[in-house]
Amino acid sequence: MTGKRAHKIWDPAMECMSRDERHALQGRRLREVVRRVYDNVPVYRARMDAKGVKPEDIRTADDIVLLPFTEKTDLRDNFPYGLFAAPKSEIVRIQGSSGTTGKPIVVGYTKNDVDVWTQLMARALTAAGGGRDDIIQVCYGYGLFTGGLGAHQGATEIGAMVIPMSSGNTQRQIMMMREMGATMLCCTPSYATHLGETIREMGLEPGKDIHLKAGCFGAEPWTEEMRQKLEELLGIDACDLYGLTEIAGPGVAFECLEKDGMHVNEDHVMLEIIDPVTEKPVPEGQSGEMVFTTISKEGMPMLRYRTHDISSITTSPCACGRTTLRLGRLTGRTDDMLVIRGVNVFPSQIESVLVGIRGVAPHYLLVVDRVKSADVLEVQVEMTEDMFSDTVAHIVELEKKISGQIKSVVGIQAKIKLVAPRSIPRSEGKAKRVIDHRKL
Amino acid sequence: MYIRQISVFLENTTGSLHSMTRLLGEHGVDLIALSIADSDSFGVLRCVAHSGELDRAMEALREAGYTARVSDVICACVPDQPGGLSRVLGLLDQGGISIEYIYSFVRNTGVDALLIFKLDDPEKGAMLFAENGIRMLSQEQVDSL
Ligand SMILES: [Zn+2]
Repeated sequence: MTGKRAHKIWDPAMECMSRDERHALQGRRLREVVRRVYDNVPVYRARMDAKGVKPEDIRTADDIVLLPFTEKTDLRDNFPYGLFAAPKSEIVRIQGSSGTTGKPIVVGYTKNDVDVWTQLMARALTAAGGGRDDIIQVCYGYGLFTGGLGAHQGATEIGAMVIPMSSGNTQRQIMMMREMGATMLCCTPSYATHLGETIREMGLEPGKDIHLKAGCFGAEPWTEEMRQKLEELLGIDACDLYGLTEIAGPGVAFECLEKDGMHVNEDHVMLEIIDPVTEKPVPEGQSGEMVFTTISKEGMPMLRYRTHDISSITTSPCACGRTTLRLGRLTGRTDDMLVIRGVNVFPSQIESVLVGIRGVAPHYLLVVDRVKSADVLEVQVEMTEDMFSDTVAHIVELEKKISGQIKSVVGIQAKIKLVAPRSIPRSEGKAKRVIDHRKL
Repeated sequence: MYIRQISVFLENTTGSLHSMTRLLGEHGVDLIALSIADSDSFGVLRCVAHSGELDRAMEALREAGYTARVSDVICACVPDQPGGLSRVLGLLDQGGISIEYIYSFVRNTGVDALLIFKLDDPEKGAMLFAENGIRMLSQEQVDSL
């Protein structure tokens, strides 16, 4: 392994077991959890009965496809205790989200659930290079939100020194980071960038005044470009971290220092990637909706919880030695998905094609229409000076290049329409990317 | 040997050409040569102005949100008589030089027609013209038209 960095693994027995062994373990745990929710949660029992599935029909991990799905609305509709599978006396913690629309969601943890979650986060911090000699500054918010406490528990578990800063007050964050000699950072990637920029503005130098070496950044999607910027700003290894309250919290999946996709903690959660329309699994490597099932949770297990987040997985081996499947970057939401001529199209796929072509601006608009009962996709792209030529043939060639790449990535033919610069509306926050004229 | 040409991207919408030329007019830019090429979904306007007005024209276009660029083209004098153009095209053909586009001046100088050539190999094309006695206008000569 010359020239390679040494990878630290928190729980080699579970993280590096053979895929066959893990599959068997998943089967055992899935059987148990299905039995538990069937016996204790009327909602799940009714759903399974409606599908004609009995707990004894679940024999191996592959039988997961027989189970009903769960949606976020189920958590709202059954707020607060309707989905709990353990008596309240067994619940030791509540986490949740305030919910920007209507009712909040809450999740209950037994003592064992908190311990498992702690293990997941200990694995994540270890994978990012963390250990007992580290000083870990946690600037995720503490409270109902799982970020702060999740990172805190994991950092304590690996024996690191924790600075529980919670979020906000950037000046004080930097003062503590500097004085205490923090070596690792846990926060959102956007806040880490803000910290890094402020550190630079203050004239402080990573390596001299600031001694961070790594960070685990999650709770929002980010890009490779953001990673490079963060690593340069702070002089660190920036690792991606994924989690959701409904499943456990941060630590559900994490990147090792190879930074080549997030390892999914498959001994505690099962991940399926499905076509959001047909609800059938998609082949490995293809984009689809992430669906999680908790297989060791006691307080509030989730069967086939639909995240509506789009990503893809690979089972190819990772240089770190872990054998779990790895999750690619989150590339969008199923809510943004279009079905055109029966093909699922995510605006983010089109965007990735456009940003990959030199000179093309990332401002675009997808216009879908139905002409003679056939769906037509038009991709409007702004004409930049870099793309422009006084020779029409050159521009037509560029149009062909764009549509060719869209065809190879998305699988359908799109008509490229070049439009005047700044003619595609910019909106504050989320840009309007799609106009669908097909509404019947 | 080369003269400067402005090209502008135009969407294929009604009035887009009119509003662009009006803009240049408002900024006192006089177009002495002009052509439009289009595909089924967009157009490219190419024009020649006096060099003293070129920067102003580009500034006005960019300010108004147009995608525009300046490029070098050849302005050649072709005898305004039957077979005149054909001879020039024949020369380029024999020289293995292909024409990206060609258009003529709005104004004429009398005996010769003024043509703008965009060639895939402008250097070789200009040499060929010179060797065969085809006169090319400099930017100063165009400015004095
Ligand atoms: Zn790895």
